[in-house]
Amino acid sequence: MADQHTIVRVTGVKRNFKLGSTDVQALKGVDLEIFAGEYLSIMGPSGSGKSTLFNMIGGLDKPTEGKVYIDEVDIAQLDAFELAWLRNRKIGYIFQTFNLIQVMTALENITLPMIFAGVHNDAAVAKGIELLDLVGLHKRYNHKPQELSGGQQQRVAIARALANDPAIILADEPTGNLDLSTGEEIIKLMNDLSKERGVTIITATHDYKMLNASDRVVWIEDGLIKKIEHRDQLNIDVGCISMA
Amino acid sequence: MVHGVEPWVEDTFLSTEQDMSKNRIPFQNQDEQPDIAAQVVLPFKKSFEISLKSLKSRFLRNMVTVTSLILAVSFLAYVLVGADISSGLYHSGDLDLIKALEKTGYEPGGSAKERWIVILSLLVCTVGIINAQLMAVTERFREIGTMKCLGALDSFVLRLFLLEASMQGTTGALLGSIFGAIIAILVGMLRFGLDAVTMLPLNEVGMSLFYSIGVGFGLSLLGVLYPAFIAARMRPIEAMRTEE
Ligand SMILES: Nc1ncnc2c1ncn2[C@@H]1O[C@H](COP(=O)(O)OP(=O)(O)OP(=O)(O)O)[C@@H](O)[C@H]1O
Ligand SMILES: [Mg+2]
Repeated sequence: MADQHTIVRVTGVKRNFKLGSTDVQALKGVDLEIFAGEYLSIMGPSGSGKSTLFNMIGGLDKPTEGKVYIDEVDIAQLDAFELAWLRNRKIGYIFQTFNLIQVMTALENITLPMIFAGVHNDAAVAKGIELLDLVGLHKRYNHKPQELSGGQQQRVAIARALANDPAIILADEPTGNLDLSTGEEIIKLMNDLSKERGVTIITATHDYKMLNASDRVVWIEDGLIKKIEHRDQLNIDVGCISMA
Repeated sequence: MVHGVEPWVEDTFLSTEQDMSKNRIPFQNQDEQPDIAAQVVLPFKKSFEISLKSLKSRFLRNMVTVTSLILAVSFLAYVLVGADISSGLYHSGDLDLIKALEKTGYEPGGSAKERWIVILSLLVCTVGIINAQLMAVTERFREIGTMKCLGALDSFVLRLFLLEASMQGTTGALLGSIFGAIIAILVGMLRFGLDAVTMLPLNEVGMSLFYSIGVGFGLSLLGVLYPAFIAARMRPIEAMRTEE
């Protein structure tokens, strides 16, 4: 957040889904600016449009209206190749359901994005092991996802998201499928990453534990941003919530 | 450095000069190599490894697909080699053998009925392969979506499926044609004794085997084409949304 360089800019984004004859408005016009290096949480009740916004920012889905800029590049203008490049190098994704590739070992999962990036196999393996070390799993490199616990799988997913040194990490409810303490460990890990590596972290969540780690929190409700708070404004609010 | 893709605003001098050649990815720094083709890749050796891995880890399902191919191809090879044996006997000039042949209802060039049965069996086999591959694609929605989030191009997904199908095709077609030929020769020996083998035109048997292998391999690829195309065209969120 130091230099206030805007890495993600969302302007007037709307997203409608057609469900039969009715139109569901998942996002009703969202404006948001995300700065390089910050840890941003998107909070909101279930169905408020967090994942939808997350998909827009990640270039996984296109807005019905409005624009998403990453490093001031309108991602709607990218061709298939540039989009793949964006997903490969610029953004790391972390999902609630981990989404490791089941037929591959932990190490192979982590090296895959590096292979796509044209990294030589030996270099990819070396970096993969280093990343597994970073998330505290170096002994498990040869295990398949089914042989790992949920928390361990999420650690592998985090290591994979870091493989090509992305500028942005997008995490959609990364702790949603984890128990309390494992979730806290994952949050701490992501927090360390943002502090030490200067990675921009954007998480969608309804996990209040996330608040302490965040630099800013975006509260979203019914497809609209209700308020945006800085960390120093937060404590009071969290107090209110826990009292309510 | 001819035309800009899009008037995007990065550094002021860049945007005013429109100094962006088509083969430079918008997010890249100036000093990075601009060669787009080397930026998102999946080397052939790696695709081969990945395909082999998925085949191994879904061994039973693959055996079912391969078995149906073996059956269809062995039937084709059986009919073709059987025809070779008959024509070898027919052209031997031995009147007894020709009489024995005519008793079995032999027509030089093969009967129309037989041909239809072969075509039908190949057709059924192709439909079976399409069905099995469509199921395999559905089962792997999440895996495909994940790969795309990691930067895989449509062509990578297509290539993986085609590679898997060609490995299945090679196995099925080879085994099938060998089985078919062996059975045809055994049946021929039962009917006509050793003459069936001694009169056998070897180069024609070779052609028949070659033909069966080619047809089996072709069918396997034909059967995977539509499912693989669906898989490759799938957008990452559609793939991610499907719950397991
Ligand atoms: N592909 C889709 N087709 C139809 N409707 C959709 C689709 N994706 C999302 N929606 C709708 O958009 C709204 C927002 O969904 P979204 O998944 O963004 O919510 P969320 O905030 O992530 O919820 P949760 O906390 O449960 O994950 C919901 O009403 C949902 O039904
Ligand atoms: Mg969600």
